[in-house]
Amino acid sequence: MRKILVGMSTCGMSAGAKDTYARLESLLPADSPHELTITGCIGMCFREPLVEIREGSTRTIYGDVDPARAEEIFEKHIQGGQEIPEYIIYKIEDDQPTGGQELNFLAGQQRIVLRNCGLINPESIDDYEARGGYQATRKAIAEMEPTQIIEEMKTSGLRGRGGAGFPTGLKWSFAAGYDGEAKYVVCNADEGDPGAFMDRSVLEGDPHAVLEGMIICARAIGGTHGYIYCRAEYPLAIHRLELAIEAARERGYLGPDIMGSGFSFDISIKQGAGAFVCGEETALFASIEGERGMPRIRPPFPAESGVFGQPTNNNNVETYANVPWIINNGGQAYRAFGTEKSPGTKVFALAGKIAKGGLAEVPMGMTIEEILFGIGGGIKDGREFKAVQMGGPSGGCIPAALKQTPVDFENIPKTGAIMGSGGMVVMDDTTCMVDMARFFLTFTQDESCGKCTFCRIGTLRMLEILERITRGEGQPGDVEALTELGGRIKEASLCGLGQTAPNPVLSTIRYYMDEFKAHIEDHSCPAGNCPALVDFVIDPEKCNGCSACAKNCPVEAISGTLKHPFVIDTEACVQCGKCITSCSFDAIFKTGKKVAAR
Amino acid sequence: MVSTDFSYRLWRHDGTPGELIPLLQSAQEHFGYIPRRAIRYISEVTKTPESKIYGVITFYSQFRLQPMGKNVIRLCTGTACHVANSGMLLDTLQDELGVEVGGTTEDGVFTLFSVACIGCCSLAPVMMVNDDTQGKLTPAATRKIVRKIRRQTLASERQAQATSDAETAPAAD
Repeated sequence: MRKILVGMSTCGMSAGAKDTYARLESLLPADSPHELTITGCIGMCFREPLVEIREGSTRTIYGDVDPARAEEIFEKHIQGGQEIPEYIIYKIEDDQPTGGQELNFLAGQQRIVLRNCGLINPESIDDYEARGGYQATRKAIAEMEPTQIIEEMKTSGLRGRGGAGFPTGLKWSFAAGYDGEAKYVVCNADEGDPGAFMDRSVLEGDPHAVLEGMIICARAIGGTHGYIYCRAEYPLAIHRLELAIEAARERGYLGPDIMGSGFSFDISIKQGAGAFVCGEETALFASIEGERGMPRIRPPFPAESGVFGQPTNNNNVETYANVPWIINNGGQAYRAFGTEKSPGTKVFALAGKIAKGGLAEVPMGMTIEEILFGIGGGIKDGREFKAVQMGGPSGGCIPAALKQTPVDFENIPKTGAIMGSGGMVVMDDTTCMVDMARFFLTFTQDESCGKCTFCRIGTLRMLEILERITRGEGQPGDVEALTELGGRIKEASLCGLGQTAPNPVLSTIRYYMDEFKAHIEDHSCPAGNCPALVDFVIDPEKCNGCSACAKNCPVEAISGTLKHPFVIDTEACVQCGKCITSCSFDAIFKTGKKVAAR
Repeated sequence: MVSTDFSYRLWRHDGTPGELIPLLQSAQEHFGYIPRRAIRYISEVTKTPESKIYGVITFYSQFRLQPMGKNVIRLCTGTACHVANSGMLLDTLQDELGVEVGGTTEDGVFTLFSVACIGCCSLAPVMMVNDDTQGKLTPAATRKIVRKIRRQTLASERQAQATSDAETAPAAD
């Protein structure tokens, strides 16, 4: 009997996994000895859709499986028992990687959080239990005192994976120290950083691990009820969480008197409604309570007064997913990975101009270069590595020159970026850093809740300056104004959003002053990105002379004869971009380094 | 599903705090947007002033006070998509549809939104049309997709119209 697993998380489905699954389902006869099932994300988004054929302890993973390829695999491998080596991206025999085209992608990883992702059917509690699931819960409830659990967490040295890196064991001990009518265990699944999808993959691929982490936390701190605050943009994650909670209740891991211990705990899901600031814990609590998601002043800290004014512990998805492993294997074993001050592993989402975009879990302290080039396969299309953005709108850009920086809570902040939740967006030489700064500020400006004046108005003023610069209308003194505003906003904002909003701008100024200068003084965009500062050119190979661009050009800068390539007069062109968006053949492109000052 | 049904949720409401946002979400699911009367119902049941409900609605980007088009386009403008030139796609969509972000076309076929990140960064640039994700887009490909969906939507409308015209029974409602 062969087990066929199709990777069905959001990324797989958008790449067409549903069609692949449907084709396999239709091919498989009802009385087939083979079993077709789904699994979560193994992290190789760049080769989706993925199909695994499992036979005994041999796992063969095929990549780029469209319905046609699925049919071929069905005939040759599933029915014929014959592998198709040219499609194999990864092969594992007896838990040892033995071959495949993408061997390097997984070989450098250490999977603790993602231990089950891509291995089990996330909608089956049996699959999870077969992999040792809920043993940690049993151990924590039957064999350990709450204080022992907290001690174990302290020993592990696990630090909050949401970005701030606060020691988890310490946080739990605070919450354990307060009494209230109720005590809440909150899981922050409001993964809002653009370019980050670690939590989504964990929730979609291994939801029970998160539930287990929360149950163990509740046992340790005396929690009475749990909330998972998940963003509404993740419907599949919410669906799988609902199934997981229901299954856990049926097996008695959730609900009253869990496993006859007298300890009762249940979890409900709160769907976010689209507000980035709700990733900030006090704003998240306000949102759970049904209010506008605006941050509150701390102290009192959540451990004393959180949701509905009751003692509350709040951790991120990835933090909770680490907990069962730590309870099963011990805090010391966890410390074997990572660095002295940042133990364990971290999941990163690799995106942007990287050859192999996806999810990678690595020990803390690995260098940027090892992650991007060793695992991620380097830069897309063989271009030049310029920078990597970490920490999303709260973080900063780390230039290529610092690629030897170890990725941990000590070294990343020194570069001006932050660890953040784990998004790594890679940029090549065609990315304009001034435009990136503008991009992040557009985001935070839009998402500022409006409570603090400096965040509300200061970010808008910064954005206006940056927009002017990217339009080629920069003025002397702009950079100084940005720096001053940035400093003030950081000082005078209440929550993490405002305190970090200027970071992308400040770190860009720090490393890419020459690009700011080029925009402001020479009115040129060295990366060839900012529309107002580049030339628009028609590729004569692609142009079929339909004249659509000429008709749409507001200044009649495009000319030519029908059915022959058209030409843009760069002197007359006002860089509005209408020609690019009107072309049906993608024949018009921007070309950089417009040297002559206008 | 009964549990998300708006009237059921209202009827079941027992004063548990923190139910305002779930109630608004089910109202939006039921009506496609949050009509004035839904705000009134919720206000009566939860004993929350309408002004406060309105404040919550306008705080969160998910809630809408206007009906949406038959197809909802969500263009991802997250970091990875931005680096992959999603800005050009936004211009393309606004030009093709003749609406700004948040707007609905005159024929009611499309509503255009931009979203921060769909989480399919390896397929950037990406947009979601209803529940389908389309990746690795170019301006030309985007126009093609939009035109195809418009044709399909209008065709099925015409068909529905023809069917209802053919039926002699008086229309309900």
